Amino acid sequence: MSKRNKNKIRIIGMNPQRFDKGQLKFLGYLIPLALVMMLPIVFIFFNAFKPTEELFLYPPRFITLRPTLQNFRNLVATSANKAIPASRYLFNSLLSTLLVMALTLLITSSAAYVMSKKRYRLKNMLFELNKISLMFVPVAVAIPRYFIITRLGLIDSFLSSVIPLLAMPVGLYLVKQFIDQIPESMVEAARIDGAGDYAILRRIIMPNITPALATVAVLSFQSAWNSTEASVYYMHNEAIKNFAYYLTSLSAGGNASDVTSALTGGSAASGALAGMGISAAGTLIMFVPNLVMFIFLQSKVMNTMAHSGMKS
Amino acid sequence: MKTAKRIIKGNKFSGRSFLERHSVFFLQLPFLALFFTFILLPVVVAFFLSFTDFNSIQTPRFIGLDNYVNLFTKDTVFMRYALPNTLSFALVVGVMGYILSFLMAWSLAQVTKGWRTVLAVILYSPSLTGSAMMGAVWRVVFSEDKVGYLNAFLLKQGLIQSPVNWLTNPQTLMMVMVLVSLWSSMGIGFLAMLAGILNVNRELYEAAYIDGVINRWQEILYITVPAAAPQMLFGAVMAVVGTFQSGSIGVVLSGGQNPTPGYAGQLLVTHIEDYGFLRYEMGYAAAVSVVLLLMIYGISRLTNRLFAGEDTAS
Repeated sequence: MSKRNKNKIRIIGMNPQRFDKGQLKFLGYLIPLALVMMLPIVFIFFNAFKPTEELFLYPPRFITLRPTLQNFRNLVATSANKAIPASRYLFNSLLSTLLVMALTLLITSSAAYVMSKKRYRLKNMLFELNKISLMFVPVAVAIPRYFIITRLGLIDSFLSSVIPLLAMPVGLYLVKQFIDQIPESMVEAARIDGAGDYAILRRIIMPNITPALATVAVLSFQSAWNSTEASVYYMHNEAIKNFAYYLTSLSAGGNASDVTSALTGGSAASGALAGMGISAAGTLIMFVPNLVMFIFLQSKVMNTMAHSGMKS
Repeated sequence: MKTAKRIIKGNKFSGRSFLERHSVFFLQLPFLALFFTFILLPVVVAFFLSFTDFNSIQTPRFIGLDNYVNLFTKDTVFMRYALPNTLSFALVVGVMGYILSFLMAWSLAQVTKGWRTVLAVILYSPSLTGSAMMGAVWRVVFSEDKVGYLNAFLLKQGLIQSPVNWLTNPQTLMMVMVLVSLWSSMGIGFLAMLAGILNVNRELYEAAYIDGVINRWQEILYITVPAAAPQMLFGAVMAVVGTFQSGSIGVVLSGGQNPTPGYAGQLLVTHIEDYGFLRYEMGYAAAVSVVLLLMIYGISRLTNRLFAGEDTAS
């Protein structure tokens, strides 16, 4: 009898509403693991606010004792040396990311609506093609993409950091799956009232798929904000490159250390450490918007993911 | 009546009605145009370029299968490093990352919502660090000198005598790559599996309990996995894609060096970049791209097959 009861409690244990002692064993390994996984990001956070002498410290200490904004100031000063200020890179990132987000949402939802609710030839083929293209890893086809961008005359254009990112197969997939949940009758009722497809999309579909739209917003934000492809391959003009590129140029090679050692008049070694502080500051600037956005939209993302299922 | 007539008339002749009649076409046009140009076309172009000799300036010259023949018979870096490295990297990171994602998702499903949300955000957050941030984040830990956190820690514990060059030593670079990739592997696929597991109907568990399911392994095997199979398949596809997508991690970690020290971190993705953007042998690089795409496709088909088997079993 007692064994049966125990079993019952365990089974109801999935997706529990209240806390009970049985959950402690899961938290017992989930919390330590989460802490370990957080560690590198915590390091970056502390490093970003460390004064140079604390970066020098041996043995290194995680916690910053006297937090300073010196690294952020150095970040600005480093780039001031190069004629393109860091704020310019940041502005480019913001602009391209906002454009990518807005346009992706628009074209993805309109295409997904048609693929979900309209009947026409090729529909299944197109959606199948989109599903297969989930596997076309962008890095694998970087070279042909480069030639296509060249042919389109997008080399050294700011648009090369926007246009190639707009078609997002995973976005279309998720939004279409989500629209499939909207009952046919709702769309039909609007149609009888005389609404055309554009009106249905705007007034019926859009308001009902906000979780899916939030998810696409998160994903397109990530793809644009973190992307270095356009800055590295398609742009020669520094003034239109983005912040992610600027950050890689800081952390890769001795770029930052050269500049900072010249700046602070110190040795190359102290320059390297100052460079570490600067790239930590830059990384934090990159990371925080990503995280904040996800935290705000995570419940919507989870809602969308429930409909992400694939049939084999 | 009058207004109704006007609406009909207006619809028939105005530009708006043209758009309305061809709405299926116009609503899809932007997405499909961009999709064909930037996602499908590159694959087609890669396929055709792979049969040519092309230095990106002169017109491509058709050379048949030469690129593929050279790739598999003469390219020692490909055969000795890039291909085996990619296979083992994909196997370890792909399979382990996927299993880890599932186990974490399953464990998270057993705790209350507050804990679950906080922990899921933490586990997911590493996947937010794109390759741009990855270098800076991990350099702090694996820094070569004794100021690097890991070296300092190991020195203090007396486990090593002198600092280890984690990122330039061919023996450790691959290990670090695997570790870092696993760290950032809990992305969108992990969230999908978590949502899938949470959505499994409770009655299924109760029914199974009556049918004599006695332990957690049986519960996972007979209920959770089959019921969440669609999300798990989506998660698997995302894991495959994510694994190959993170192929340039070796170059990022070794500070932008391509080839990586001793070719230890050389993967197909870095091999493509090496030939394409550093040596300008575009035709050859395209052949490597085709091999890579075929590999990804093959692995995805295999996962599909596995889940198809799962479906019939349940």
